[in-house]
Amino acid sequence: MRLTVSHRTHYAYDAPVPYGLQQIRLRPKSRPGQLVEDWNIDVAGGQVEVSFEDEHANTVDLVSFAPGQTEIEITCRGTVEVEDKAGVVGHQGGYVPMWLFQRSTALTKAGPLMQALLDKVTRGADDLDTLHALSAQILDHVPYSTDQAAADLTAEDVLKAGHGVCQDHAHVFITAARAMGYPARYVSGYLMMDDRVDQNASHAWAEAHVPTLGWVGFDISNGISPDARYVRVATGLDYRGAAPISGMRYGNAAEDMTVSLQVQQQ
Amino acid sequence: MAKKPDYFDEMYGRGSTPRAPFEDYAKWFDGENNARLLEKSAEAEALFRLIGVTFNVYGDPDAAERLIPFDLVPRIIAAREWAKVSKGIEQRVRALNAFLHDIYHRQEIVRAGRLPAEMLARNDAFLPEMIGVTPPGDIYTHIVGTDLVRTDDNEFYVLEDNARTPSGVSYMLENRETMLHMFPELFSKIKVQPVSQYPQSLRRSLMACAPNACSGRPTLAVLTPGIHNSAYYEHAFLADQMSAELVEGHDLRVVDGRVAMRTTRGYKPIDVLYRRVDDDFLDPLTFNPDSMLGVPGIMDVYRAGGITIANAPGTGIADDKAIYSYMPDIVEFYTGEKAILNNVPTHRCSDPEALKYVLDNLADLVVKEVHGSGGYGMLVGPAASKKEIAAFRIKLEANPGNYIAQPTLALSTVPILTDAGLAPRHVDLRPFVLVSPQGIEITPGGLTRVALSEGSLVVNSSQGGGTKDTWVLEE
Repeated sequence: MRLTVSHRTHYAYDAPVPYGLQQIRLRPKSRPGQLVEDWNIDVAGGQVEVSFEDEHANTVDLVSFAPGQTEIEITCRGTVEVEDKAGVVGHQGGYVPMWLFQRSTALTKAGPLMQALLDKVTRGADDLDTLHALSAQILDHVPYSTDQAAADLTAEDVLKAGHGVCQDHAHVFITAARAMGYPARYVSGYLMMDDRVDQNASHAWAEAHVPTLGWVGFDISNGISPDARYVRVATGLDYRGAAPISGMRYGNAAEDMTVSLQVQQQ
Repeated sequence: MAKKPDYFDEMYGRGSTPRAPFEDYAKWFDGENNARLLEKSAEAEALFRLIGVTFNVYGDPDAAERLIPFDLVPRIIAAREWAKVSKGIEQRVRALNAFLHDIYHRQEIVRAGRLPAEMLARNDAFLPEMIGVTPPGDIYTHIVGTDLVRTDDNEFYVLEDNARTPSGVSYMLENRETMLHMFPELFSKIKVQPVSQYPQSLRRSLMACAPNACSGRPTLAVLTPGIHNSAYYEHAFLADQMSAELVEGHDLRVVDGRVAMRTTRGYKPIDVLYRRVDDDFLDPLTFNPDSMLGVPGIMDVYRAGGITIANAPGTGIADDKAIYSYMPDIVEFYTGEKAILNNVPTHRCSDPEALKYVLDNLADLVVKEVHGSGGYGMLVGPAASKKEIAAFRIKLEANPGNYIAQPTLALSTVPILTDAGLAPRHVDLRPFVLVSPQGIEITPGGLTRVALSEGSLVVNSSQGGGTKDTWVLEE
């Protein structure tokens, strides 16, 4: 499937920002099953200072605000050809040792509520069955709802809230999978939802590592493994490591963010 | 016949006549009057207090209290003794750098089964952000302070490898300067290898590690957490001596793909940053987001090859006390040679069998926190009361993985000057090692720390230790 993406993130400030930086992880990579035909990032109100590849092979751009700016806009446009691989991403390359994906992070620390969830998960005939059962159990336990109190919830917070968005589901899945002995990671990306062109937000899912297949994706919120409608952009140990945009700024200006995202089949 | 002393004294050995390196000094000392030397000692303290006052000007009313006592009897090491020690240090530092490169790349040492993966996996000092990063010149630890103790004529042990931001070099330099000022005649009688070149060596060594982005003559800066840091004086001193800029995090910004400092003529890019800020505080964008001491974005610029950070982030993994116990293997794995310097036999309390042994022998062992430093949170079994041992036992049993234990070493002594003349006190030694692509340079001697109370084995300045000038004799 050939997908075109247009993703604009606009930040407006109620006072000039004297100095600010944003770290952006918004460059999908070509890899088996995903061919990036073209991809451009345009920054209005700032400039790309440096780009580098992080430990998870994400390309990171560091953007600085033009001094005294009251708005900044980051626009990504590109075309990606995606093949349905039933969520199978394949074996781990690079230098990151497998144990890193089994360490808990601040957002993925197992607590007492996690144990209650794990007790309900039935082990399947093989790893994939087990992980699909986990994914289904999470959606059952924590139904999808955009009515969330805060962003950046920990997995335990999400279980306490009793509902969540894709990011929350991914965190609960990662935490649970690690507790069950599977290396797991967070994925940020795009999903073309069949019924609409305008998507309300970029998407997130999780990957777990099984010995036979390597990394396999699980979109918990939609109860499936990613197919040809999914563009995989960045991975990390949790949201913070794969966040599309994270930043800091000096001064006290309040921030207002608006996102406009279109994913279409060509 | 008198009982043979339990400890090796570097001046008198185990007898009563001076050992060769101390012969000339002993002759000079015998011709001196103790009262005059005590006066000199007071003079030295006044000199240091003067420096303390300079310190005070920077705004710390308690600076004078931070004065570390100085003893004017030098510790003297023969050239041939030093040759062996420095060869051992060089070997160890080469291994440390190779180890750091390896664990942030292929981890061959883990694949080879010589180091358990848990040693890295359960260690906060291992920085995932450094995976795959090769610093300019492939140097991770530009400055190392290898803490040594001596137990006999030919026995030196490494206590720890300070591979993150070793401090204390300003004391080494000032101790020598004070001795030269007070006893010029001694230095004409006895040929001592100089140490005053250290700041220039440091400058040269850091400049040799400039990043690819550097065009022309490298610009060097020292990053300090600021005036409230206990080592601020040293940061300011070294910056001054190296003709480098002394900067704080808020002086720096990312400008045109580089980390740059504000000057009267706009922003100027820094090529090599000698940072005295810990990893966690270095970059709020990558590490602790609440840090006010660091430079947002510096890790991004670093990973893109725009700046050299000395020492590299993530080097703390190499001076971790649990990793320490593997150092003989690490040296052998990367250099193909047996370690020249001894490692203190170390029991890792994470291992149940070792823990049992440690719990059964607490009164004879030194128990340290794996990540601790400065002599805090440790138990010196032979010097501890039954109550202290019982309290420590509870802490140890609650979190055994947090501790290692070592036998108490018979630390050598060097005399200090007291009202009643010379009296032996236990010492250690921190030599300062500089690493660059051009080689490894070790300043002859280093900082000798001395436990001032009789019988004490704890030399840390935070625990009542003092310092001495350290002499390595010319050949």
